[in-house]
Amino acid sequence: MTAIATRRPAFRWHIVVFLAPAVLVYTAVMILPLFATLQQSLYREVDNQTVFVGLDNFRTLLGDPRWSSSFWNALWNNCWFFIVHMALQNPIGIALAALLSHPKLRFASVYRTAIFVPTILSFVIVGFVWKLILSPLWGVAPSLLDLVGLKVLFEPWLGDETYALTALSLISVWQFVGIPMMLIYAALLSIPNEVLEAAECDGITGIAQFWKIKLPLILPSIGIVSVLTFVGNFNAFDLIYVAQGALAGPNGSTDILGTFLYRTFFGFQLQVGDPNMGAAVASVMFLIILAGVSLYLFGIQTRLRRYQF
Amino acid sequence: MKTAFASMLMASTIIAGVAPAMAEDVSLTIESWRNDDLQVWQEKIIPAFEKAHPDIKVTFQPAAPTEYNAALNAKLAAGSAGDLITCRPFDASLELYKKGYLAPVDDVKGMENFSDVAKAAWQTDDAKTTFCVPMASVIHGFIYNADAFKELGVEPPKTEQEFFDLLQKIKDDGTYIPLAMGTKDQWEAATMGYQNIGPDYWDGEKGRKALIAGEEKLTDPDWVKPFETLAKWAPYMGDGYQAQAYPDSQNLFTLGRAAIYPAGSWDISVFNAQADFKMGAFPPPVPEGGKCFISDQPDHALAMNAKTAHPEAARTFLEWVASKDFAELYGNALPGFFPLTNEKVELSDPLAKTFLSWRDSCEPTMRSTYQILSRGTPNLENETWTAAANVINGTVTPEEAAASLQKGLDSWYKPGK
Repeated sequence: MTAIATRRPAFRWHIVVFLAPAVLVYTAVMILPLFATLQQSLYREVDNQTVFVGLDNFRTLLGDPRWSSSFWNALWNNCWFFIVHMALQNPIGIALAALLSHPKLRFASVYRTAIFVPTILSFVIVGFVWKLILSPLWGVAPSLLDLVGLKVLFEPWLGDETYALTALSLISVWQFVGIPMMLIYAALLSIPNEVLEAAECDGITGIAQFWKIKLPLILPSIGIVSVLTFVGNFNAFDLIYVAQGALAGPNGSTDILGTFLYRTFFGFQLQVGDPNMGAAVASVMFLIILAGVSLYLFGIQTRLRRYQF
Repeated sequence: MKTAFASMLMASTIIAGVAPAMAEDVSLTIESWRNDDLQVWQEKIIPAFEKAHPDIKVTFQPAAPTEYNAALNAKLAAGSAGDLITCRPFDASLELYKKGYLAPVDDVKGMENFSDVAKAAWQTDDAKTTFCVPMASVIHGFIYNADAFKELGVEPPKTEQEFFDLLQKIKDDGTYIPLAMGTKDQWEAATMGYQNIGPDYWDGEKGRKALIAGEEKLTDPDWVKPFETLAKWAPYMGDGYQAQAYPDSQNLFTLGRAAIYPAGSWDISVFNAQADFKMGAFPPPVPEGGKCFISDQPDHALAMNAKTAHPEAARTFLEWVASKDFAELYGNALPGFFPLTNEKVELSDPLAKTFLSWRDSCEPTMRSTYQILSRGTPNLENETWTAAANVINGTVTPEEAAASLQKGLDSWYKPGK
């Protein structure tokens, strides 16, 4: 018996075995391609030979007036896309979650499902449906506006430089408002009743209860939602591509980093693709997202107060 | 039991191993962007070939036009592309040839049936090697609703002045939208607009070659004028044309709501199937005292994947594509795609015949941006899309559009050096 007790504990192989599938798959499909892309951005094709050029591709991207104007245009458009999401999607999501978690609301699950359904629709469907709705020729938008006598307000939004990007951002907000709603809804439900009852004893009820008790408790969830929105927006591509095509017209006004990357990497129409410059754009996108997420993780999340229930 | 199962496995392995050797069926796959033509290929073209060559099976595998180049490049790089590859004209295919993805086709039987002009779009710059067998060209012009013209008592225009008078008349009448075109997809404005009417202003081949040689600039009056004319189209296009995409324009015309459609001849087969009114066509109206030019653009050709597993079968198919039989079959099966062969080909479709007749009455040329000028970054063709759409939308003036195009071209293209 004593011999067994003094034996060193056996190496716990099951941990390795259980972790292996995830680690291997993740390495193969995420980590290796990521480093391959970063590496590719440091090379360039010269006379059918791949040569190492250091940071030259990045110098072209940010220094050459043509490349840099496309790049900054895409970056600013992407920021606007993100701003619209932060200003509308997340507050609306929180408001909807607050309404849904109200104990006296009837048919809550019906609303919840209805609002969440667009999220699970394919981008292709959403893009085409909205293109049809907003079409000046066959869309319901002009006729609906006509019904209430506001036809003058109708514009061919998706074809107008001034409005196209905002219109697309709003479509995206419509599609994805279900995500913050669900996450915040779950966070609201997890607030223990004792806390709320204590608040009621202190005379904090109704809207004041939301601002003073619930909102501080769900701040960590809002933080997560913001990061998800940030990553999602700066990786966005599908909706713009489906609705406006790879040139992201009119006049590049809806061009975001995703569509810019697509055109650079794969080429478009007569433009032959340039995988090395494309990899440079992809690397910049990665760095932007990395910077944003790090800012959140180290700058904001560490300062959020966590409450133990 | 176990042995019985094992011997069954054995037997099936042997059968599976022997089967391909017994029937020497080779199967070829064609890569293409012509997904509209899938049915024609499956029902007419492939059966005709397989009848003559029962040992070769052919699959037509099209991708969406806007995704084709990217998808093909990726497939070729990965070695998973089909045996036969439909070639875009000029640089996109030249690039593929230079990378060694396409095999030369000079010694394919029947290549002597094509003129140098027909082959020009698929040759090396020194015109020594051809790497695709030319299949078809497309011609630009205007298709009109003949019933509507009759109803309004108007005739197809010959000059630019007549064209605008006609548009005004249709607009005043109010029954029809004069011009079925939108700017949302941008390429409509450039291809059906700028490249359609442009050759009349820059004297077709003469201007196109001078631009390549650097003797003319996009800011010269001959190259700015087509933009000025385009800008004048805007009032005659439908409400909200800024958000009108290419399929919208097609539907607007085939539903009989628009009178004139700035067309590429490839629209003919779609319109024949969808429109229930009579259609006619007229070539781009000539400006005062000008000559008539048409854009007769080499559109697609067929090449052999250099790494194909069945080079013999692929070559047999290419020889068939170079034959007169194919030209006639293809030209008639896909009205609107005109064979490039020198042999006399009879077309039966009246609308396609009208387009083809312009080859005799007008001087043919091709799109100005395709040869050499779209080789660099920024890409002149893609820039022209944006510029033409902007001009029609009124967000830039014709002069500004031309100036920005020339500036982009100057940044990488130094002719004569």
